Formats: sequence, structure tokens, C-alpha cells
Amino acid sequence: MNLELSLFSMMLIPFAAAGLALIHQGLGRSRSAAHAMLASLCALAVSAIVFVLIGSAWAGSAGAATHSFTLGGVHWDWLGAAPFFARGISFDGSDAAGLGRSLVLCLELLAVGLVAIIPLSAGTDRWRLGPICLSSALLGGVIFPIFAHWVWGAGWLAQLAGNFGISNFTDVGGAGTIQVVGGLVALSVAWIAGPRRGKYSDDGIPAAIPGHNIVQVLFGCLLALVGWIGLDAAASILFYGAGPQQVVGVVINALLSASAGCIAAVVVTRARYHKPDASLSANGWIAGLVAGSASCAMVSPESAIAIGVIAGVLSTYLIEIFELHLRVDDPGGAVSVHALAGIWGLLALGLFGHFPEGTRGAHILAQVVGISALLGFMLPLIHGGNLLLNRWSTYRVDDDGHWHGMDVRELGAGAYPEFVIHADEFVPR
Amino acid sequence: MKLVACVLLLSGFFLVLAALVLLTSFEQRSAFVGAGFAVEVLGLSLLTQSYRTIRKEHR
Repeated sequence: MNLELSLFSMMLIPFAAAGLALIHQGLGRSRSAAHAMLASLCALAVSAIVFVLIGSAWAGSAGAATHSFTLGGVHWDWLGAAPFFARGISFDGSDAAGLGRSLVLCLELLAVGLVAIIPLSAGTDRWRLGPICLSSALLGGVIFPIFAHWVWGAGWLAQLAGNFGISNFTDVGGAGTIQVVGGLVALSVAWIAGPRRGKYSDDGIPAAIPGHNIVQVLFGCLLALVGWIGLDAAASILFYGAGPQQVVGVVINALLSASAGCIAAVVVTRARYHKPDASLSANGWIAGLVAGSASCAMVSPESAIAIGVIAGVLSTYLIEIFELHLRVDDPGGAVSVHALAGIWGLLALGLFGHFPEGTRGAHILAQVVGISALLGFMLPLIHGGNLLLNRWSTYRVDDDGHWHGMDVRELGAGAYPEFVIHADEFVPR
Repeated sequence: MKLVACVLLLSGFFLVLAALVLLTSFEQRSAFVGAGFAVEVLGLSLLTQSYRTIRKEHR
């Protein structure tokens, strides 16, 4: 393992968090901008602390202690059993295994912050700060560690080949572990919080509520690229043993899939609306990054482009379907861009990955098993947990909060007190 | 309706697991994994439908 390269790659990951935070606040209203940025910081902070205290024990790592049982003659490794408070990991360089485990902890710590920031996009302008912290704690303490263990901690999804003779579920850059999990939390939050006031008329027709700062959204996309490159590279080194030459391929593929996603969205929106849509194009960029991360070290550059193009086209249509037909008010498009593009990326690994001849079917089957675990087990767990938290502390802000904006309602002051005149055309009087 | 949808999601997942444990041939496994996945999609559709109605206080 290349220690310097993996450490350097990990240090780039916070740029992805910064990029996503900028995208979320830019796609929301100006009266909630400061709240959106503070919520990103709080979500990252709470999830990171809870992950180190509790979640890291359950996420575990390959070779560490696990909770497991035998059923049907199969050994099911379903949860890590390391000591809480990361006590089983030494940082003094006294043992070689400790170095690997500390690197895994560091990567997962940075990853859980990203997962916690993703749902903020779906709750923009109405999700209160207290419940955001509670939901982030649930995410960092329980939800993320479970799936991270299954995939990155040598859990049952990473042992499908040995147990069932198909192929191991593969998720190199965290398209499932980070993006789909975060996107499913976003879907749950959008359902629970409901649409913003004034978003839908009595007959269900949606109103367009444009983001307040598209320049920050597009700058966030560039920052996200840097972070994604670091994330994909670090994960491929730590979990799949990629060497420096493969890491070069990871960097190239990440840029190509993002570019292809963005250009595809520009072309589709230009064809449909006669002018390219900047926010949908930004979503296409992120969708390309998300979809490409599953297979970043395992596909050729032309496959990365194909994966990005399909993700970019899908995201533009899915955002519209969710808003118009399913009435999910997701201002940042997190469900389409993270959950569904992530699922496409996981499937695309089976379709486009470099595998020995005759094993493609087994790889596709393994990927479908992993996707079914995300939808069939993780989604009910996520939604049940969020429904319980919503009973304890209501997610949705009251009507005054909608009227004044989250900045004034929750923080006491606006983000742009001297420069912005609030337009109230979206709030019924 | 939401509870039924969540039960369908879980049922689909356990169908996928059962296919892996109980069946051995690749074709049979693929068919039953596909069936389990279809049950999950059904549960997801039902859950989405249950949240489609916009409550009066959210308008």
C-alpha cells in the first residue's frame, strides 16, 4: 500500500464536502443561505464525532473482530465488533495492522461527513437545525457503519464469492456506501418534511423556486471534483489495493465521467428548453461523479464517459419526474443525483467493468444483490429511524420559519442583511 | 400503506437472500434475485405513492 499517496488523496476529500455545501446553499433561497452552510458544518461535525465514538466499532475493518452467525451453512458477517471510541486502533506506529486500520478509520470519518451533508439538499429551506444534528448522529452512529462494514469491512456483501460462488459486491469509490445511503436519507427527509410552502398549488402543479446563487453552485462543482478524485483514489488504494498507475486511471475516469455527465445535461436541457440549464447541468456534473465512483478503478476511459453520459441524461429527467409527478420537493436534486445515479453506477460496474471472460453475469448478479440490500434493508432502516426522530423533534419548521426564512427563524440574522430584498412571491399571503 | 410498503421492501430483500442460500444454479438464482428486486420496486412505488398526497398545511 502506498501510504503517502493514500494520505494525500484523503486530504482532498474535504473539498467534496465544501463543494456539496456550496451547491446546497446556492440552490436554496437567499433567506436560508447561512442556515444551509451552518447545517453542513453541524452535520459533518456531529456525524464525525458519533462515528468515532460508536460507528467505527460497528463499521470495523478487514481482519478486525466482527459479529457473525451461521445460517444455511453460510457464515454471515453482518456487523463489526471493534471496541467503542476507536480504542482498538493505535496511532503510535507500534503495529503494522494498526496503520491500515487507522487509515480506514480516517477515510470512513471523512466519508461519513459527506453522507451527512447529502440529505441537507432535500431539506433545504425547511429542515430545522436540531433534527439535522439528530439525523446526522443516527447516520454516523448506525446507518453508515452497517453498510460500510458490509462492503468495506469484509462483511457479507464483500464475501459473496466465498459464500455463494458468484462474485463480491464491489463499490470502489463509495457510490453505494456514501452516495446511495446519503440519497436515501435525502428521500426520507423530503417525504417527512414535506414540500416547501408555496411549492405546489392546490391541484398539485409545482412552482419554480430558483436557487439564489448559481455561481456558487458551479464553483461547488469544481471543488467537488477535487474531493471526489481524492475519495476515489484513497478508497481504491485502501480497499482494492490499487497502485500508483491505477490511481492515475482513477483520476482520469473521475474527470471524464463528471465531464460527460455535465455535457450530457447541457445538451439535453438545450434540446428541451432551447437554452442550457445551469442548475441541471451542475446536477449532471455531480451525477457523473457519483456514477463513476463505483467503478473508477475498474473501467476504461471510454466506459467512464458512457457511464457519465447516461448518469447526466438520467439526472435531468429524474429530477423532473420527482418534482412534477412524484411531488418530492428536493431543491438540490439529491435523490436523483446521489441515490439513483449511485444505483446506476453500481450496476454500470457490472456492465462495463474489466472482468475475466465468462464472469460478467456473476458480477452483475452481485451488484444487483448489493442494490437490493440498499433498497430492501437500508431504506426501511433509514426511514424508520427518521420517522422516530421526527416524533421526538419535528423536522419541519413552522409557518413563521417559512415566511421569514431559516436564517432569521433559527439563527436570528440573515446571510445577506444589506444586499438582498426578499421576494415573497412563493409564499401565499 | 407505509407499513405495507416497508414490509414489501424487507420481503424483497429476504427473497434475494433466500435465493442466494437455497438455490445453486446461476439461472435460478438470477430469476429469484430479479423477483426479489421486483418486490422491492413494488414496495418503493407504494411508499412513494403514500407520500404523494400534499397535506393542506404544506401548500
